[in-house]
Amino acid sequence: MEPILKARGLVKRYGRVTALDHCDFDLLPGEILAVIGDNGAGKSSLIKALSGAVQVDEGEIHLEGRRVHFSSPLDARGAGIETVYQTLAMSPGLSIADNMFMGRELRKPGLLGSVFRKLDHAEMQRIARQKLNDLGLMTIQNINQAVETLSGGQRQGVAVARAAAFGSKVIILDEPTAALGVKESRRVLELILDVKSRGIPIILISHNMPHVFEVADRVHVHRLGRRLCVINPRIHSMSDAVAYMTGAKVPDEDLADAPVAA
Amino acid sequence: MSSDNSGQLGFEAAISTRGSEPVADFAHKKTPLERLQHLLHETPWLAPLMVLIVSLIAFGILVGGRFFSGYALTLILQQVMITGIVGVAQTLVILTAGIDLSVGAIMVLSSVFVGQCVFSYGLPAPLALLLGFALGALVGFVNGILVARIKLPPFIVTLGMWQIVLAGNYLYSQNQTIGAADIQMQAPLLQFLGNTFSVGGATFTYGVVLMLGLVLLFAYVLRHTAWGRHLYAVGDDPEAAALAGVRVQRMLVAVYTLSGLICGIAGWALIGRIGAISPNSGQFENINSITATVIGGISLFGGRGSILGMIFGALIVGAFTLGLNMYGTDPQWTYLIIGALIIIAVAVDQWIRKAGV
Repeated sequence: MEPILKARGLVKRYGRVTALDHCDFDLLPGEILAVIGDNGAGKSSLIKALSGAVQVDEGEIHLEGRRVHFSSPLDARGAGIETVYQTLAMSPGLSIADNMFMGRELRKPGLLGSVFRKLDHAEMQRIARQKLNDLGLMTIQNINQAVETLSGGQRQGVAVARAAAFGSKVIILDEPTAALGVKESRRVLELILDVKSRGIPIILISHNMPHVFEVADRVHVHRLGRRLCVINPRIHSMSDAVAYMTGAKVPDEDLADAPVAA
Repeated sequence: MSSDNSGQLGFEAAISTRGSEPVADFAHKKTPLERLQHLLHETPWLAPLMVLIVSLIAFGILVGGRFFSGYALTLILQQVMITGIVGVAQTLVILTAGIDLSVGAIMVLSSVFVGQCVFSYGLPAPLALLLGFALGALVGFVNGILVARIKLPPFIVTLGMWQIVLAGNYLYSQNQTIGAADIQMQAPLLQFLGNTFSVGGATFTYGVVLMLGLVLLFAYVLRHTAWGRHLYAVGDDPEAAALAGVRVQRMLVAVYTLSGLICGIAGWALIGRIGAISPNSGQFENINSITATVIGGISLFGGRGSILGMIFGALIVGAFTLGLNMYGTDPQWTYLIIGALIIIAVAVDQWIRKAGV
């Protein structure tokens, strides 16, 4: 199967630190690919490169077989890649609807929109409410509620809904359960599987091995700025994964840089 | 949705019943105090409006009927005209979590430059005004570049710019004042914003109309355009805004430039207000505009508040100044009360921020 998102030989340096060292990456259509790695292994840099938040020094990124250059998160979004950052990238003082449409606001039709640049608040609120509904996040009374008045799980839900609403090709989730309690984590995992069932492939970055092994189809193990191997969570155990990740164990040759697991 | 909800860990199975614990459950009961907190959170200009109404009523009782005369009330408007216009610039900057200490200095520089253009260089008044606005915008642009690109703290950048512009202005103008009579004879357009017109016994200046127009314009821009929403997002959390696709640096440069431009326009209004052009005028407008903004409920931490609040804040200061003056007390009481209001306003802001969290 041809990867929907593919990267080859990505290099990113910050001064004398090499965050990405000729890193490869493959995401297949319709799958959940987990990316795991120790702190400082370069997971964040990889994700930021794929989502347009940082620009790599070397290497290529291909989306659906076409080479792409993202100079900002807006570019990546325009191409259909949505990212839910660990920090959620939401403005706490603004409303749910404002946040969902940040950077892609809808304007009123006609002169009001084209000349006076007037936003279509009603339409944005309607769509936001509907998108939350679609993902079973409804019971929302006030879509104009400020995001800072929501709990951690609610915020995560809104962030995932935002990504699912607009991510036509790829959704990237960075540590979606890290800040959540057990109940809220469970709900977010369900949300992830729900998004997958719509046919949108997901990149899941997580430290939580049980969560990774529960939902992922393949696991990309990141170590020292590059892909060490890709493992199948149904064949390998969590302790294998942790051993590869930390360097305690070296993966077999046939696992290294394997684009598709058995 | 997956029907298999049993987690890898047994204990999670206990809470896996779907739908029993919705992630987004937005309903919860509120006490009246929480309701007030929530209301102020959603409509930040409400608190300063209430303070304004209460103080107007209080002064009406203290001073008597003459406080409610068209003359007294429009006098308040005229007295806050400069602060109101500069306050628009200050509001935009403070909403980005910045501060602009150079607003007053830019305003005076612009007015002096306009005067020099007409009286030393012999340029026509309309062109001189446009050059004055452009100079204000240019100084603001330099502020913006230093804040957004060089990443210096706004407080330091504008503190420095305040001194530079003030001193540069004295050096440039050689501390000369251009008299009102000269302006009236050669370039009456410069005093236009000080001209008055009457509507049903109340006297307004064109400068007051300009101030209200600017406030309404930016109230619209901030609420109803994407640019306005982005400005709030930048002040709220610049990193989140950048990740959501807002061009943060460009926004900051635009805001400081706009602030400079509005201060340039305020320079025109300043000539109308005092009639003459003097490098010694309007030096405290940076403090006055910050006072109006803070009393107006705009958070110094950025991202929160409404420009309508700023104008109510300016009017509160104006009402106290005139009211206590008419009551015949020592003007120091005005400063004392305004000082207390500033502290109370910031305390209320902190309280509102805790709404629902």
